[in-house]
Amino acid sequence: MAAKHLNELEQRDDFVSRHVGPSPDEIDAMLACVGAKSLDALIDLAVPASIRSQKALDLPPSRTEPDVLAELRRMASNNHVMRSFIGMGYYDCFTPGVILRNVLENPGWYTAYTPYQPEISQGRLEALLNFQTMVMDMTGMDLANASLLDEGTAAAEAMTLCRRVGKSKSNAFLVSAGCHPQTIDVLRTRAEPLGIDLVVGDPHKDMAETAPFGILLQYPGDNGGVDDYAGVVEAAHAAGAMVAVATDLLALTLLKPPGEWGADVVIGSAQRFGVPMGAGGPHAAFMATKEDYRRSIPGRLVGVSIDSSGRSALRLALQTREQHIRREKATSNICTAQVLLAVMAGMYAVYHGPERLRTIAERVHRMTCITAAGLKRLDVEIGNTAWFDTLCIHLPDGNAVELHHEAVAEGCNFRRINDHTLGLSFDETTTRADIEAIWRIFGDDGSLAVEALDGETEDAIPAALRRTSDFLTHPVFNSHHSETEMLRYMKRLQDKDIALDRSMIPLGSCTMKLNATTEMIPVTWPEFGGIHPFAPADQLAGYREMIDGLEKMLCEATGFDAVSFQPNAGSQGEFAGLLVIRAYHHDRGDMERDICLIPSSAHGTNPASAVMAGFRVVVVACDSRGNIDIDDLRAKVATHAQRLGALMVTYPSTHGVFEEAIRDICGIVHDNGGQVYLDGANLNAMLGVAKPAEIGADVSHMNLHKTFCIPHGGGGPGMGPIGVKAHLAPFLPGHCTQRGSLSDGVGAVSAAPWGSPSILPISWAYIAMMGGTGLLRATQVAILNANYIAKRLDPYFPVLYTGPGGLVAHECIIDLRAMQKATIDDVAKRLVDFGIHAPTMSFPVSGTLMIEPTESESKAELDRFCDAMIAIATEVDEVESGVTAIEDSPLHHAPHTLDELMSGEWTRPYSREDAAFPLPSVRANKYWPPVGRIDQVYGDRHIVCACPPLEAYQDAAD
Amino acid sequence: MSDIRFTEDHEWVRIEGDIATIGITEYAQEQLGDIVFVDLPDSGAALAQGDEAAVVESVKAASDVYAPITGEVEDVNETLEGEPGRVNEDAEGEGWFYTMTISDPAELDDLMDEKAYRAFLKKL
Repeated sequence: MAAKHLNELEQRDDFVSRHVGPSPDEIDAMLACVGAKSLDALIDLAVPASIRSQKALDLPPSRTEPDVLAELRRMASNNHVMRSFIGMGYYDCFTPGVILRNVLENPGWYTAYTPYQPEISQGRLEALLNFQTMVMDMTGMDLANASLLDEGTAAAEAMTLCRRVGKSKSNAFLVSAGCHPQTIDVLRTRAEPLGIDLVVGDPHKDMAETAPFGILLQYPGDNGGVDDYAGVVEAAHAAGAMVAVATDLLALTLLKPPGEWGADVVIGSAQRFGVPMGAGGPHAAFMATKEDYRRSIPGRLVGVSIDSSGRSALRLALQTREQHIRREKATSNICTAQVLLAVMAGMYAVYHGPERLRTIAERVHRMTCITAAGLKRLDVEIGNTAWFDTLCIHLPDGNAVELHHEAVAEGCNFRRINDHTLGLSFDETTTRADIEAIWRIFGDDGSLAVEALDGETEDAIPAALRRTSDFLTHPVFNSHHSETEMLRYMKRLQDKDIALDRSMIPLGSCTMKLNATTEMIPVTWPEFGGIHPFAPADQLAGYREMIDGLEKMLCEATGFDAVSFQPNAGSQGEFAGLLVIRAYHHDRGDMERDICLIPSSAHGTNPASAVMAGFRVVVVACDSRGNIDIDDLRAKVATHAQRLGALMVTYPSTHGVFEEAIRDICGIVHDNGGQVYLDGANLNAMLGVAKPAEIGADVSHMNLHKTFCIPHGGGGPGMGPIGVKAHLAPFLPGHCTQRGSLSDGVGAVSAAPWGSPSILPISWAYIAMMGGTGLLRATQVAILNANYIAKRLDPYFPVLYTGPGGLVAHECIIDLRAMQKATIDDVAKRLVDFGIHAPTMSFPVSGTLMIEPTESESKAELDRFCDAMIAIATEVDEVESGVTAIEDSPLHHAPHTLDELMSGEWTRPYSREDAAFPLPSVRANKYWPPVGRIDQVYGDRHIVCACPPLEAYQDAAD
Repeated sequence: MSDIRFTEDHEWVRIEGDIATIGITEYAQEQLGDIVFVDLPDSGAALAQGDEAAVVESVKAASDVYAPITGEVEDVNETLEGEPGRVNEDAEGEGWFYTMTISDPAELDDLMDEKAYRAFLKKL
């Protein structure tokens, strides 16, 4: 008889113990430390019985890594990758192999967090500064941000920027009918709740009648035309209107950039700079503007400052504009970027440089011209006389449908604009064979020849619109063109940063858990990457099966009835969810329900989103423990009963506690006609234990980049799909390309119908490999890990809030406010000397640190963190008790750079060893911060947001 | 003869004849920390009491500065554009924000005098 059964040997749940960090022995030791007999017993103690789910998750059992890869491979093979000529802002491209493998597929880049701790983020900050500089150069504008979510939302941000900074009192925004339809769709959704009158028209004709506060042009246009807008811009400015332009970076290598003809804001997508189409995303959009509007540009902005020794150093600039400080008065609710994709696009420019980029663009243009010349020989009517890469083809016989089908039979996707019009867009992957195939579809019998037509065909860019100015002249875009140089440049940047491949990143409310390699592998499969978002539905069959499956799994995990995958970030989920609530009220004739209650402890994004969705924010007080003050809630509800629209609440609370009264809170809101929006930022504490829909939520977003393993990418991508109960399902976001298959609902909130589909296999694979019991175990261990840290650190830094049983949920807040001489910055920067990423600082309570270890960190790693914190506590004690002056403490000078330690003279009262190796264990795996502590004040008083000339680094060092 | 008044939002108002000079108090600058930017109103702007008149930003906070009284903006302290740190150095002197006309002198009666403001600070 065999010693073990095959069932056991197959280890179908092997992945669970790979994802969950602590071993069974470690779990036992930690349980003993926190005083619980078992994981189940811990959950009984920590989670109020009133919110617990009565049933286990009804999900299939855990599957192995190879099994899940095979299943995803099967689904991927049901996607049909065609040659795409659809255009509309999405183009096929070659991701240079060196960037594909060393950035997109590299955990050193994709597992990093948003660069809030700049000293350990210099690599990606430099990569983002390259992106900003590239966008500025290409668009001809004064400054650019570090990316936005997609072109559609970037256009919406441009619209609100125009309204904020423009002098006009008009309420109208004029959008050129030549903009991409999905952009117009997103603008419509965003304009309505803000009371902006969106007018779609012809900016050459409709300016006077509309008298708008701003206009949006597309350059080149949606149908490929290249218009001279100089007159339009002049007229707009004369009438006090701002000019926003949506554009294409590759086209701008050949076309006169909008900055040179007067644009105030320029937006677009950087997708074709080496980022796969991925059925819609993720990609980096960009926004550039004039110096005057620097403080009004939404999103992240990387700026140059100096460090403690006066050397040039990078960090995020102008942070105070953001929602965590400005709340309902914030510039926008955007609190993320698409860092990984912006890094890729920036690297594409670094790798190719200006010459090669221009050559790529010229080749695309030539291919377009040759195709057009051949089509004219075939008597095909081309609607545009000028173009960069897109032809608009008129078919008087109305046979667009027929030709579209013939194209598909040839393996080509044309854009069907209507029965009489087709669009053809070309890109860097277009080949001579593609051109011949297109000709064949239009009736060529093989007599047309690329070579012959090439010699006879003129370019089609009007002389007045040709670019004459230089771009990408900075050395960074002219130095790394051999693959060896490129490889080493990217490695050099990567080595400056702390990502999950080096250390735990215990950021509260950020859930920096394992992004398993198996989950990541399918992301770069061509069957997922090479699909255009608006390809015919049957070509996305594999995607639909995967997305439908993921929807079912997420519904089971959260208790909701339907999910929209459109929102590309938690903030977009909030906006979409609140719009859904608003649409529900309006549908019932409750037009006046426009009050959104938000607890004072909420993250600032909540009020910012509520304002965008047309709500008026009323703040509900919290008690000293951070729980919602029920009496104040009742009072506010009573005052606003007729106008109560929604409550936004985070659960477990922003303070990391399972509030016991949550069901009552939701009940009070429902009884008074309101809907409950549950912010899912802390969902990682709930899976398998409680369901948002069961405790009273009507709608909730799920941060797939937190709970469901999509990596943070150094500050994006993310996804914030929303789950809703059945009564809200009819109002979920729709999309202009999906009439019939998606309900119109509140309209589009993103440029693509399913947000960023190419990263959804990550979450699908995670849930499939964990199964219901695995997800429960992850939750249990996440709660255990947080409580273990709380228990170990409490004697040194008191834990601020606890819930039932004196326990915390999946994160804990430690109180550093007793420190009078050392600062919270000192503690955070000293952690860098230990090679550890600081926890969240001063949120939600000033003077505290919020720590979320996640289930993926082993006890060994938690101990490394706790040991570091305890060692720091000793240094703090010495300072606070007066034994050491703060100026003489390593805390004050942290982090310590190699440069500083190697300098000839060492005059500090502590040793160089104490500075660099504060614990013996640090020696074995030392992280050397590339810069000392960064001067935030200097940076915000002297704002520079482009690559500084190389001399600047030298001057600063002198 | 000048007279100085204070608001609960930590602004000071110095009255000289029919013109008021406005800034933020020493206490406010201390709370904000290093100030990196001051967004000042346009000369000639008509402000009602309680309107947002200016924004002051430090590296850790951004605060609105409200018009303490109704009037029209006369002059703004353009030095702050290049040297916002002046507010930290001399909040109640060279770090002034703007001057304005006084439309309704009665509004001044609602503001605190120095003694009342000191007492107000003690309670915070």
